[in-house]
Amino acid sequence: MSAALLPDAPAAPDGFVLEVLDVSKQFPGVKALDRINLRLRPGSVHALMGENGAGKSTLMKIIAGGIRPSSGEIRIKGVRQDFQAPADAMRCGIAMIHQELNLVPHMTVSENIWVGREPRRFGFVDHGALRRRTVDLLERFGIALDPDVEVASLAVANQQMVEIAKAVSYEPDILIMDEPTSSLTEQEVQHLFTIIRRLRDQGRAIVYISHKMSEIFAIADEVSVFRDGAHVATGLASDFTQKSLIGLMVGRELTHMFPKATVELGEVVLRASGLTLPGVFRDVSFELRRGEILGFAGLIGAGRTNVAEALYGVTPAASGSIEIDGAPARIRSPTDAKKHGMAFLTEDRKASGLFLMLSVLENMQIASVADYCRGGFVRQDALSEASEGMRQALQVKTPDMDTMIENLSGGNQQKVLIARWLMTAPRILILDEPTRGIDVGAKSEIHRLMSELVLKGLSIIMVSSELPEILGMSDRVVVMQEGRVAGILDRTEATQERIMELAAR
Amino acid sequence: MSMVADTSVPVSARRPRKLPVEASILAVLVGIALIFELLGWTLRGQSFLGNPSRLLIIILQVSIVGLLAVGVTQVIITTGIDLSSGSVLALSAMVAASLAQESDYARAVYPGLGDLPILIPVAAGLLVGALAGLCNGTLVTLGRLPPFIATLGMMVTARGLARYYTHGQPISMLTDKFTAIGGGANPVLIFLVVAAIFHVALRYTRYGKYTYAIGGNMQAARVSGINVTRHLMLVYTIAGGLSGLAGIIMAARATSGQAGMGMSYELDAIAAAVIGGTSLSGGIGRITGTVIGTLILGVMTSGFTFLGVDAYIQDIVKGLIIIAAVMADQFRRKRRSI
Repeated sequence: MSAALLPDAPAAPDGFVLEVLDVSKQFPGVKALDRINLRLRPGSVHALMGENGAGKSTLMKIIAGGIRPSSGEIRIKGVRQDFQAPADAMRCGIAMIHQELNLVPHMTVSENIWVGREPRRFGFVDHGALRRRTVDLLERFGIALDPDVEVASLAVANQQMVEIAKAVSYEPDILIMDEPTSSLTEQEVQHLFTIIRRLRDQGRAIVYISHKMSEIFAIADEVSVFRDGAHVATGLASDFTQKSLIGLMVGRELTHMFPKATVELGEVVLRASGLTLPGVFRDVSFELRRGEILGFAGLIGAGRTNVAEALYGVTPAASGSIEIDGAPARIRSPTDAKKHGMAFLTEDRKASGLFLMLSVLENMQIASVADYCRGGFVRQDALSEASEGMRQALQVKTPDMDTMIENLSGGNQQKVLIARWLMTAPRILILDEPTRGIDVGAKSEIHRLMSELVLKGLSIIMVSSELPEILGMSDRVVVMQEGRVAGILDRTEATQERIMELAAR
Repeated sequence: MSMVADTSVPVSARRPRKLPVEASILAVLVGIALIFELLGWTLRGQSFLGNPSRLLIIILQVSIVGLLAVGVTQVIITTGIDLSSGSVLALSAMVAASLAQESDYARAVYPGLGDLPILIPVAAGLLVGALAGLCNGTLVTLGRLPPFIATLGMMVTARGLARYYTHGQPISMLTDKFTAIGGGANPVLIFLVVAAIFHVALRYTRYGKYTYAIGGNMQAARVSGINVTRHLMLVYTIAGGLSGLAGIIMAARATSGQAGMGMSYELDAIAAAVIGGTSLSGGIGRITGTVIGTLILGVMTSGFTFLGVDAYIQDIVKGLIIIAAVMADQFRRKRRSI
């Protein structure tokens, strides 16, 4: 706090450049943020920590004007602000670097940095001035980039640097960085830290979101921890240890009962050996037994979904092998995987699961239509009967089978998708985030169903970002970290702390 | 149904069953016909509809475009487009006609050829169309080209091939057996049978279920185990085959093959599909709608001619109706997503 303040970044009398007061955010069915308080000091790096879904990103979007809070208020330099759009937040000196890149690929570095703010001369873009400004900006922060090169031709790490230069060019008082190092090498991370320190010494406040413990202790002055939409702790970085941070992040009681039945595990039904997809995951090996629920835990971006997609042939691995029932299986497409008795409930219901313009019945039957055909004609009566049986078994709540699927709740949509797969009589069920974004009731019904299925001899691979679900349902847990298997834990040795240690290393 | 009592989904969320989508399109068709009837009496003192031969001519005129429209409807349902149908029609017409010439005609394309069984030119025409369609399908799936570009390329190429085939010379002196295909009401019959076949295929077969699924959500269809690549190739091949069939009929009807045949018919076919309620965003569309859409185009052409309206004005009005149809589609989808 001893850093000299720039004249253009005056702080409020009490010394906070931004105050978040009692902010809550209610999404349909979910309370994403619950009465959050957060204060930023100028000339300080404030790290936000928390599991996936803890509410960090929602809070940052509120601060940057992307979404509006349900209640509570935001004060900038002591003045209450009600942002309607990101442009309002920018005017108040807030810039954000998003996790995903937001660049225009076929424009040059300088065009990208100043897009919408190009220096003009007689109504035309003044390319000379544009270039001078860019060179000046890049030099100031020691970023070695050619301002005239197309962004598309840059490596991802350099694109990230353009993103950073763009954010800095707004001369923000508050700079929010959401996992800015996910695509950077160690050396580039150090360079980024140098830039962050320079900005901090100029009196700017930096919010730094990261899962990487080492980075937090290297760069952060203060740390705030979030859990399940609530703020649990704030303090000086030096007051925390890695262990105490993990404890705060996961330190929640198991609030839901998980009806996991004890199932005698049978023979190995699926064995993955050395699965590798360059740049995505490497050397992934594990076994799945009959009657087993194998959990896949890890942070977002650890490669869990990619491994699931490789198993199912959506994006096959480049090397490594898959054995099913002890025999090598060549799975190059979902059609192949289905022939081997596999089923795949994808993570994103809307993007790769639902046919929104079709009915419940049509959504449920699409994967098994081929089994109900005679001479190419669908035996609709038999198929409808089977679908109706599945609807009753899964207790899908719908007025009738001809209702458009988009009118069902998320939980019931998910049940329809599970029914779709059960109708193919699979032996290996891959569930990617099976209960994401659905209500508690449907959630426990799906968990009970999973238990029933493994009792009947199915094997389940479950990718989940919810640690309680992983711990409650899995016989064993594969923990992934940055594309590799960091460890495989038995049900008895798996704890939230052990998993987070492996995942966040 | 008995389920209704124990659910919480509001009644209004159910799929409206009262009227099929086609009802509104049919109403448009009837409305347009009645307007011409009214104008006929007021402007010309005679009936537009009360003339059976005019009605037959309307259907005869649209059955060629109708065949193309049945094909392109299926392609559009899969979120694709087929711009090549008019050109493929011409190429098939040329190939079929060249194999159906009188054997004693001195300037035949293949002078040495004797009288071939009628099956040969027909099969050749269908094959040429299907191959062009397969080519489109391959470019779209394995070649990863946008359907617009792939079929635009085919449109230009097939037209070029049709011209190159005889260096622009028309192919005439066709056998009576061949020209009989286009005689009388045959084109209408063929069109209606083909439309019925694909109506049933889309509604009651695996082929149809997969077509709608791919158009509704290609990624979900793929994950559901549908071989999307193979199926898309099949849909484009069928569309090509139908263009081939249209080419055969057109050559038979005109008693000659001409490289300029079917010029810009692909646009009329797309217009018929869109007017008939096929959504360019994919997943939605029915053959019945397309047939009605085709008839709307036919009635308009016939009606304007009947009233003696300038051909240029005809095009202007046709254009406006296509725009109105697509706007109606957008409006429907917007309302659905609320």
